[in-house]
Amino acid sequence: MVNPVKNIKSDDVCNRNVPEKVSHGIKIDIHNLNIWFAENHALKNVSMQVFSHEILCAIGPANSGKTSFLRTINRLNSVLPNFKTTGAIVLDGQDITKMDVELLRKKVGMVFAMPSPLPLSVFDNVAYGARMSGIKNRNKLNAVVERSLQQAYLWQEIKDRLNESAFKLSGGQQQRLCIARTLAVEPDVILFDEPCSGLDPISTTKVEEAMLKLKESYTIILVTNNVKQAARVGNRTAFFLNGELIELDRTEKLFTAPSDQRTDGYIRGKFG
Amino acid sequence: MISSLGKQKIAFFFLFLANLLVIVPVGLILLIIIQKGLPAMTWQFITDIPRQGMRTGGIFPAIIGTIYLVAGSILFALPIGLLAAIYLSEYAKDNVLTRMIKLAIVNLAGVPSVVYGLFGLVLFVSFCKFGASILAGSLTLGIMILPIIITTSREALESVPAMFREVSLSLGASKWQTIRHIVLPNAIPGIITGTILGIGRAAGETAPILFTVAAFYLPRLPKSIFDQAMALPYHLYVISTQVPNVEEKVRYGTALVLLILVLFVNLVAIVIRSQFRKKKKW
Repeated sequence: MVNPVKNIKSDDVCNRNVPEKVSHGIKIDIHNLNIWFAENHALKNVSMQVFSHEILCAIGPANSGKTSFLRTINRLNSVLPNFKTTGAIVLDGQDITKMDVELLRKKVGMVFAMPSPLPLSVFDNVAYGARMSGIKNRNKLNAVVERSLQQAYLWQEIKDRLNESAFKLSGGQQQRLCIARTLAVEPDVILFDEPCSGLDPISTTKVEEAMLKLKESYTIILVTNNVKQAARVGNRTAFFLNGELIELDRTEKLFTAPSDQRTDGYIRGKFG
Repeated sequence: MISSLGKQKIAFFFLFLANLLVIVPVGLILLIIIQKGLPAMTWQFITDIPRQGMRTGGIFPAIIGTIYLVAGSILFALPIGLLAAIYLSEYAKDNVLTRMIKLAIVNLAGVPSVVYGLFGLVLFVSFCKFGASILAGSLTLGIMILPIIITTSREALESVPAMFREVSLSLGASKWQTIRHIVLPNAIPGIITGTILGIGRAAGETAPILFTVAAFYLPRLPKSIFDQAMALPYHLYVISTQVPNVEEKVRYGTALVLLILVLFVNLVAIVIRSQFRKKKKW
């Protein structure tokens, strides 16, 4: 296996205080990634790069391998039996399989397809990651929770309901709570796995607004079933089909002049 | 021809009948025990030692003995059973060996209790030299209820949604932190259910304590865990079959006390469980 680490300058230009500055350093470098679940070859020889402070969208029909791809980046697939992978994912110049897995997951946060609050209060949900990292000081936790909820545009709506069960929030609020919970861990990269698939159009708009704002400080990979959503928020878009990366290009280019016929067919709604 | 409504009524009737067949015997047993045992229920009966060859006096030592045995067996079986359940549901790889172990544990719950009694006699009384004692009896009862506690706890742990675990891991929590903060708290009601079943079994069994702890007649309280003790189920057996001319109300009174004791312990566990369920936020 070729280790590409040496040739890549790690991107240290992640200064959160100057969000206007869009760096095009390479955040994640993926080389010949293959994924198997038992005999099922879910992802085939995918190589791509993810740049800092971009929203990279992954589109494609069901079973195209896009969610498997996403869950491999934070090594969440590794908990499944029969999961096998080859190739390399390099984050900031470091092979992720050589990183401490808890540290990796703090750097690469994830928002799941369905709103997935933990069976805890709103506050405890957002504070969960910080608490697991050993922060016990109440003032610090308060600050983390308020900052994260504000970043997810939820603070104004629920600042008086912090002690309620997270399950009492509406679906859209729950999903923004999950975003806040991910932000509270202060990741560099956020993986969104079809975050709006269970939401109404207004909630979807709010989540999209949050994502567009967040890319100033974070790198985002967004898996979506909604082609229009990719067109709205993606800087670049990748099209997956049957486990293969068919095409990856700037979003405007991919949607106006795709270079592959299959991409054209999918975005026009001919299949999938 | 019977109309579909008629068929539905017939089906409903048989389903109802099946339930009735379950409830009626239980109700009758309770009714008879209460009716015949209630006259024996005096303050003296509960707090006095047995007198005149157990024909009069009370059953206090047997009550205390049973409480000791139940407490001892739970103290032994709950921590070990819970740890085993955590290992089986969270850590053990899903392979043939694990599945065989799980199946073996389920089957162990069905082993006749007298077999556990013999096992306790050999291991604890003879080999470990505890003698016939509360310690040996508690350990024997503990081993008997371990399969129940392991199986119910494992089911409780496994019923915690996989989503919660994934979310916790995705936030950088370790596997143990996930178990400790997410899985265990949500499995507690189920674990308590297993404990309730275990308590009922430990309190009621006669065979496992027959060889390991039970005293035929010991009109005083046990002095230590190495002492023999009387116990309600065995006492009931003795005064029903071994001692002539025991008044009927004494026998039924003893049965009633055993029932009340088990119901009371279960009630406490059920209250604790409902407290945890109230806290459950999903």
